[in-house]
Amino acid sequence: MIGLRFLYRDWRAGELGILVIAIVIAVTSITSVSFFADRVNQALLRDAHQLLGGDVLLIADRPWDGAIEREARARGLAVATSTNFISMARAGDSAELAAVKAVSEGYPLRGRLRIADAPLVGDRETRAIPAAGVAWVDERLVGALGIGAGQSLELGKTGLKIDAIITQEPDRGVSFFNLAPRVLINLVDLPATGLIQTGSRVTFQIYVAGERPAIESFEAWAKTKLDRGQSLQSLANARPEVRATLDRAEQFLGLTALLAVILAAVAIGLGTRRYVARHLDGYAVMRCLGATQARLFRLCMSEFIILALVASLMGCLLGLAAQALIAYWLSELLGASLPGPSLAPMLQGLAAGVLLLVGFAMPPLLALKNVPAPRVIRRDAGAPHAGALVAYGTALVALALLLIWQAGSVKLGLTVLGGFIGALLVFGLVAFVVVRGLAHAAKVLPLSIRFGIANMRRRERASIVQIVALAIGLMAILMLNFTRGDLIDAWRAKTPTGAPNRFVLNIQPDQLQPVREFFTAERMAPPAIYPMVRGRLIAINGNAIDADSLDERGKRLVEREFNLSYLETLPAHNRIVSGRWFDEGDLKAGAASIEEGIAKTLGAKLGDVLTWSVAGEKIVSPITNVRKLDWDSVQVNFFVIATPALLTGSPTSFITSMHVSSADANAMNRLSKAFPNLTIVDMSAILRQALSVVEQVVRAVQMVFLFALGAGVLVLYTALLATQDERAQETAIMRTLGASRAQVQRAQRIEFLAIGLIAGMLAAIGATAIEALLAAQVFQLTHTINLWIWLAGPAGGVLLAGWNAWSGARAATRLPPVVSLREI
Amino acid sequence: MVAAAGLGKSVPIAHLPGSGANAHRTLTILQNINLEILQGEAVAIVGASGSGKSTLLGLLAGLDVPSAGTVRLENDDLFQLDEDGRARLRAAKVGFVFQSFQLLPAFTALENVMLPLELAGRPDARNDAAAILTRVGLGERLGHYPKYLSGGEQQRVALARAFVVRPKVLFADEPTGNLDAQTGATIIDLLFELNAERGTTLILVTHDEALAKRCARAVRLVAGCIAQ
Repeated sequence: MIGLRFLYRDWRAGELGILVIAIVIAVTSITSVSFFADRVNQALLRDAHQLLGGDVLLIADRPWDGAIEREARARGLAVATSTNFISMARAGDSAELAAVKAVSEGYPLRGRLRIADAPLVGDRETRAIPAAGVAWVDERLVGALGIGAGQSLELGKTGLKIDAIITQEPDRGVSFFNLAPRVLINLVDLPATGLIQTGSRVTFQIYVAGERPAIESFEAWAKTKLDRGQSLQSLANARPEVRATLDRAEQFLGLTALLAVILAAVAIGLGTRRYVARHLDGYAVMRCLGATQARLFRLCMSEFIILALVASLMGCLLGLAAQALIAYWLSELLGASLPGPSLAPMLQGLAAGVLLLVGFAMPPLLALKNVPAPRVIRRDAGAPHAGALVAYGTALVALALLLIWQAGSVKLGLTVLGGFIGALLVFGLVAFVVVRGLAHAAKVLPLSIRFGIANMRRRERASIVQIVALAIGLMAILMLNFTRGDLIDAWRAKTPTGAPNRFVLNIQPDQLQPVREFFTAERMAPPAIYPMVRGRLIAINGNAIDADSLDERGKRLVEREFNLSYLETLPAHNRIVSGRWFDEGDLKAGAASIEEGIAKTLGAKLGDVLTWSVAGEKIVSPITNVRKLDWDSVQVNFFVIATPALLTGSPTSFITSMHVSSADANAMNRLSKAFPNLTIVDMSAILRQALSVVEQVVRAVQMVFLFALGAGVLVLYTALLATQDERAQETAIMRTLGASRAQVQRAQRIEFLAIGLIAGMLAAIGATAIEALLAAQVFQLTHTINLWIWLAGPAGGVLLAGWNAWSGARAATRLPPVVSLREI
Repeated sequence: MVAAAGLGKSVPIAHLPGSGANAHRTLTILQNINLEILQGEAVAIVGASGSGKSTLLGLLAGLDVPSAGTVRLENDDLFQLDEDGRARLRAAKVGFVFQSFQLLPAFTALENVMLPLELAGRPDARNDAAAILTRVGLGERLGHYPKYLSGGEQQRVALARAFVVRPKVLFADEPTGNLDAQTGATIIDLLFELNAERGTTLILVTHDEALAKRCARAVRLVAGCIAQ
């Protein structure tokens, strides 16, 4: 009770505002992410059985031979199938890339489809699938094609009536990338589309559901029957890629949130020091009045714990609001409705708030209870000091616990903590050198500037803390606002103008001539058309491929079929790095050319013999050369090119790429209309979509970074408060000695402007360094320095520090010196 | 009753450069103080600055520990108790008035006076505090913060805080040191009135000869010893 009364009195005196704001920022930052993650996890849990559309899902890149389905039915299990591929959906003169899914009766076996009669009207659950001749589509497709429900959609050679808008598709679940909008049709309509042809990339799925024991024994049986290119997913291993993506996203956001927590912790540390300094006399008086040490400690701790709980609760509520914004910004990407948040993150938020305040406030508070009672009589009885080791130790342990908790791994948590501390030290060191250097250089400058800079130098420690905190917050914001744009610009600059922006796939052999004629008729340059054969690598030098010995990429490559081509001449944008291009002998005997990167992934080298399975036939060829590709040319590229004699007998489709100017854009619609089976991929549309994905993610991250900036400004303010009494005294003495109000104010403002400038420069250096590192190491781009960063950084720093400068300097000079001196 | 026997206080001076690790130097502040103060008696401790007055007061009140000697407060040997024991003894029997008032700036006048009662867990803290503040003439200023009170008013609040727990012994350290002569005189009057009303033993440190004369006895310190 008495703790509550003390809390109320301290609160009224304005002693606790900083601590409350710091905790609120930290807890809001953490809980905004954890509430969001909690909702996504709940959705995953809810969708776990729906994600598969059945209890067991079998996936293959070739049609199933029927044995699996027969066996499942024989065991009394429910079975449904779907065929999935990408194709053009057309309406009138426009065409859009769509993800087609043709389903059999019974789909989905688990979960329910929800559909609406038109966009933006109420939806309903359905147990049916589209009737023959009917398509259900995503709202996005209707919008892009400019048609509505009831109108007709052309798919390949057939027309389908749009009957409903899909609002929820169970086995699409929660995933970050659903690039092409869905067209759901009845499996019976599939042959009429004529879209399953040589070279089409199609996924064939079988959904199985039933009683648990029957499912388990079927699953065990089916696993033994799987061939390469076929896989089985069950509840235990449902959508591992979705899970992994979300886990990574959650971890990233969580760690980003901790940036704000760390800065808030600094503010709490500074805030409690001030609290203790101001309460020393009061506690000494209470000691005189007979309070025991234990009593004082209990009093203090109960006050702080109540404070932490109340502030954390406020943080949780704000976090709840902030997560709604994150979810809103990412809603398009998530592609599924999220359930409401649970209370678990709230507990996490409360615990984090208390841990933070106790961890950072405990050491100074422990010192407070040791205040010597004689202090009330003799000021020189002094203030107690907590050992630095205890003070920093407790704080570090609290921070490490929080980081490990958030990162979900001791190693990652400690690595991040190390990284943060390292960054703080580097920033601190640079700030120290600059402050010293400036103080030295300022000797030749006018008096008030010299005074201002000397102020900064005298309060060196406080100045460095202010500079570092502000710099980190600013750097985060600079990076988000500039780095992304810079990297995209660098990538665009690297892509040559006139580079192909359309890929046309699935050209059948009998369409080669008509397609060429089409381009002539359209007065467009006839593009280079390459043959494409689907094949699976089965052995290198006669040794069967062991997928498990390869890395992720290698595994993916050998588990599915990949595209081979056959050519007599080396494409212009390819370069031989070892061996030689096919000669007469190779063309006769058969040989292969392999791309450098994939050769490394697969562990294949010049002279090795590759064995392929192409449409059931074995093709054997030695590697006679290794090529390097210029991927940025956006040309059609192949990992493996064989000599024509080896593959001309195999089922072949053709592919081409071209640059289409906006004036010719309609020609592509005409091409799609004339050859309905062709898939035309608009690279610029895909790039736009990818950018919009990046935009959405960045917006969510940006908000989390804003918490960090808020915490940085709070540190700035707290550090200002810490020196306020000293400033007031200095000001009073200076004014007593005859300095004008303007002179004093100018000196203080210069001090803060210098702090803001240095912080802004540091932030710009940091952001540029990280950007250069990302460009060179991750994206292999040439990085050019963005001048705007160097303007925005210091400007931001001056702006934020300036607010402090003006209010601080005004407060210090507002009162007559005699009043200031009396108050001290 | 308060009795000191053979009381001494010395403090180590920081090591002098080059003096070696064991070459401690000490500064003697008080030496062999023997003093007995009876219940209800008013005693002034006087002396020049630096003569050890405040240190003696701190030792008699058990705020500080001596290098030698004992202090008995009624039946308790102060330095046989640990710091928490002395704190409990202070809570039960001792009141303080300081030169710089030592009011808590975040507390109102009423809350400052309530503080010792609250620490003692007394349920009627508010009424008792309000009553004594009215007694010292601040009945209209209960909700005011120290910074809005004059020096004399602040010292009245401090007196109220000291007397509200009805202490057996009141220690006052230069109670008029921060006040002008007229205000100081009013405070002294109030101090002695309250003292007489409640039968408190009064031990005060002062430079003020007029104040010392109002006490039954004056103990003069010269360089840490009692001058005979």
